[in-house]
Amino acid sequence: MNPEKVIFGFFIILAATLNFGFFIGEIDNPDHHPVYELFFVVVVNLIATILKFGDRTQMGALLLATSLVAVLQLIAASVIWGIAEYATGEGMTPVMMASIVSLSGGALMANVISVVLLVIETVMMRR
Amino acid sequence: MDPVFFIVFRRMRQPLLMLIVAYAIAILGLTLIPGKDADGNVWHMGFFHAFYFVSYMATTIGFGEIPNEFSDAQRMWVTFSIYATVVVWFYAIGTLLSLIQNKGFRQAVTEMRFARHIKSLRERFYLVCGYGETGSELVRALIDHKQHAVVIDIDETRINELSLEALREHVPALCADARRPVHLIEAGMNNGKCAGVVAVTNSNEANLKIAITSKLLNPSTKVICRADSHDYEANMASFGTDEIIDPYDTFAIMLATALQSPCLYVLLEWLSGAANENIHEPVYPPAKGKWIVCGYGRFGKAIFERLKDEDIEVVVIEATPEKTGKPENARFVEGRGTEAVTLKEAGIEDATGLVAGTDNDANNLSIIATALEMNDQLFTIARKNLSENKDLYEALPCNMVMNPGNIIANKIRVLLATPMLDSFIGLAYYQDDAWACELASRISGVIDDVVPDIWEIRIDSEEAYAVIEFIKRGFSVTLADITRNRYDTESQLNLVILLYRGKDGELLLPSDKQVLYPRDRLLICSQRGVRHSMEWALQNQNVLEFLLTGKTPIQSTLLRKILN
Repeated sequence: MNPEKVIFGFFIILAATLNFGFFIGEIDNPDHHPVYELFFVVVVNLIATILKFGDRTQMGALLLATSLVAVLQLIAASVIWGIAEYATGEGMTPVMMASIVSLSGGALMANVISVVLLVIETVMMRR
Repeated sequence: MDPVFFIVFRRMRQPLLMLIVAYAIAILGLTLIPGKDADGNVWHMGFFHAFYFVSYMATTIGFGEIPNEFSDAQRMWVTFSIYATVVVWFYAIGTLLSLIQNKGFRQAVTEMRFARHIKSLRERFYLVCGYGETGSELVRALIDHKQHAVVIDIDETRINELSLEALREHVPALCADARRPVHLIEAGMNNGKCAGVVAVTNSNEANLKIAITSKLLNPSTKVICRADSHDYEANMASFGTDEIIDPYDTFAIMLATALQSPCLYVLLEWLSGAANENIHEPVYPPAKGKWIVCGYGRFGKAIFERLKDEDIEVVVIEATPEKTGKPENARFVEGRGTEAVTLKEAGIEDATGLVAGTDNDANNLSIIATALEMNDQLFTIARKNLSENKDLYEALPCNMVMNPGNIIANKIRVLLATPMLDSFIGLAYYQDDAWACELASRISGVIDDVVPDIWEIRIDSEEAYAVIEFIKRGFSVTLADITRNRYDTESQLNLVILLYRGKDGELLLPSDKQVLYPRDRLLICSQRGVRHSMEWALQNQNVLEFLLTGKTPIQSTLLRKILN
């Protein structure tokens, strides 16, 4: 067992599952999408991205790309959340909430691809 | 992607991870710990404010407590967070800085930039390995002849010297070991733009390694090597090295030329000398009488063979015959040659020539000085080993100095910068001394006392646009036409056309009436600056028309119609 692979797999799957947890629920209902969960999704995704740095293989490059996509969408979601809460002066509206959740849905897609790639890589190694 | 990025990524992984974790903990803590505002209401910091606060706290900018004054519990958390995040920040920045200062990393970055630059080159270039005395002279000559060069040298000070030199064009240079194939590949050895590889480092082994690498990885490249020993020469030749230049053999051949045909020797010295060098006085080594050769090493042996071929009596002086061997069929004296006794034993009083050819400069200088005291009629030849002793040899009243750096540079310059000159020299060896003397006096008539400018022209639309246009219009353009002075059509420009190559074959010293055809090539020798005057006739149609017909053409179409 390679401890590096354990940590690597742990963060990638955690990123996907947390993302799913945040995404699930009524799309425009703020009560179904706690902000703490979004925070953890962003942090875990950032960590997963950094872990993928410095891998020179084709698979490594693809994994990094999916993570970058996820992080980009999640940061966009956080920015929208910040704008809705503080900049507009109206507080969180269903429209804003819907766009945050749909962005996190996009990130979820990327995270799922990441997990699939991880599984493929593991199968290819056959060890 | 370049390996440099991977090095950065891998090294920055740990600090970046720590940074994210520290930020996350600090932000999370701030959002969880309750505060009290001025009215005593409990409030929680949002993520937005927490991120904002941590961002300026971690970078020690410190804008104060927002949005409300903090409670003591919050302050306790902030105290902890300050130390955690600031330390992690310093760690991350420190890692990045140490990475940038890392010698290996910087070398990797330099090599990456260099390789990228070489890839973007559009013109064909010569790869010069070794930027010592020979290499620098060669690069200068290549640039002067509108060619391009790329340099590799193992010594950083020499690369710095190159960047300080005022060359007309940028010469990409890499400080690296040319023995390693990867560096030759980075320098574009097999990217199709490399016209040839020149190995002139001061190590035989490195030159051999460069020759092998070039010939194995790109068999079509032209490879020119310096070799100081016959073993290495044979080894290089077995890999198909195109030109192997041995400074000792080359000098011995020059000496033989000087013995047989002094005029030809002078002529070759002038034509192959470095730009802006003063031309040498002719030397007349005595072809009769006894020669004494001190030192029977690689140089001594080469000279000995040549003198023997000329049927000259030779006496050899050598200090360590057990290492170098003794010459057969010649008198031999054991000793260094620096003492009067040894020289006397060799018969210095009735000798006509002396060669100081040991591998020690101090001994060579001493031999010449001692010998001249005993016989001031001697013709002396000294071998210079280290270029730093140049001034000493100049001060010595010695007839010929063998200078390995110059010999190799001259030879390679001829091969690369003016290939036609190489053919010219080959043909000139078949001519007699009278021919050479006549040509030498002709050339001395058109030049002053610096080495003449030797250049090639090709009759094509790039180098001789006007000539091509006139040939198309049915004119017959002769050499006399293009070399006429445009200010005074009765006189000719001060130049000598050495070689014509083209439709009418290869002609040594072509006549004035030689007619030019497209794609013909000419090798011309003149004073500096004449080349520019000649370009008028080659490129400017009006000037050429004036030279051909003696009339200035009317430029304007309208005026031409009215006047004709």
